[in-house]
Amino acid sequence: MRLLLGTLFALIVAVIVGLGATYLALTRGAAFGALTIGSWTAWPKSGTTDADPYARASIARSGQLPTALGDGVAFVARTDDSGRTLDGRCHVVLSGITPAARYWTMTLYNREGELVANSVHRHDFTSQEVVRRADGSFQIVVAPRAQPGNWLPTSGIERYILMLRFYDTPVGVSTKEGREVSMPTIEMEGCP
Amino acid sequence: MIRWLLLLLGGALLGGIVHLATIIVLPRTATQDAYSRLEAIAPVNTVVALPAPTPEKAIMPFMDPAFASAVCRYDLTQGPLKLVAPISLAYTSVSFYTRSDIAYYAINDRAAGRRAIELDLMTVAQHEELPDDENITAADRLIVESPTVTGLIAIRALAPEPGLMPMAKKAVAAAKCTPARPKP
Repeated sequence: MRLLLGTLFALIVAVIVGLGATYLALTRGAAFGALTIGSWTAWPKSGTTDADPYARASIARSGQLPTALGDGVAFVARTDDSGRTLDGRCHVVLSGITPAARYWTMTLYNREGELVANSVHRHDFTSQEVVRRADGSFQIVVAPRAQPGNWLPTSGIERYILMLRFYDTPVGVSTKEGREVSMPTIEMEGCP
Repeated sequence: MIRWLLLLLGGALLGGIVHLATIIVLPRTATQDAYSRLEAIAPVNTVVALPAPTPEKAIMPFMDPAFASAVCRYDLTQGPLKLVAPISLAYTSVSFYTRSDIAYYAINDRAAGRRAIELDLMTVAQHEELPDDENITAADRLIVESPTVTGLIAIRALAPEPGLMPMAKKAVAAAKCTPARPKP
């Protein structure tokens, strides 16, 4: 009886630990070779045949086609610069400059990777659309209510993801986390 | 007490194995991966334009709404394929994916350097079978080797502003993927 109970206990622990770790790895994006700059993280290797088993599993599970490295690099932000999870009810300011690329796009998705419906049908900004300051830097306000300048509406959803994709860019596997690459800062304020 | 701790440790170790096994097996059992999603709407060896993602409906998650895109779901069992994708105004790229949605090659309009991206797609074995004289004339044509017999080609054109979307859509819709030579 004790043997049976013990085995059962060990098996239950195994299932919880194993499946729990798998679930966490897939929902948090736990592939190797992450490139983190500020609040932004990219997995350039996931867009190549060197993609590790974690990247492969998360690609298969989500159903997306990853951005090929020869095409571009996709950076994801889930938090602001002080580590708080992005909240669609707050006033979030993205500002700064981006690394060299022929084009970039900044897109807002919900956690499932779907676009968020809003009255002005604005889901993204491209590098050509965004209004810049004289020095070439830009500011995008991500907020539930209309804002002057570059406004990316959240429709007040609680959690969202920002994706900044660079096309035809030298940023990639060999990019080091450091000063040479500058990404927009993310500042969140005015939460209800 | 010691006995239960040992069992806990054993369970955790076994859990590690369960974790690694599920991670490795998952891509082979996934039924909602990009290839399976596209299988429903894209016939083999034809370019199909994908509807633009909207908040209500998107064929795949995390599609870039600034792009017009089309896919060619390919099968090389009958022979190599020829792909021609005209380039649009801003930025056009062609990315190649294996059956398990892993990107193995991508090229953009600037690298192609012409008015269209033109290339031949074949398996490694088909490339080796090419007659030598064809390989010489092939010097100026681009050959891409597919690691798998089936896979996906994604043709995408950027519309830098919404007004340019019709032009980008027209460019990707004009792309063609066809068998490189008639069946013997």
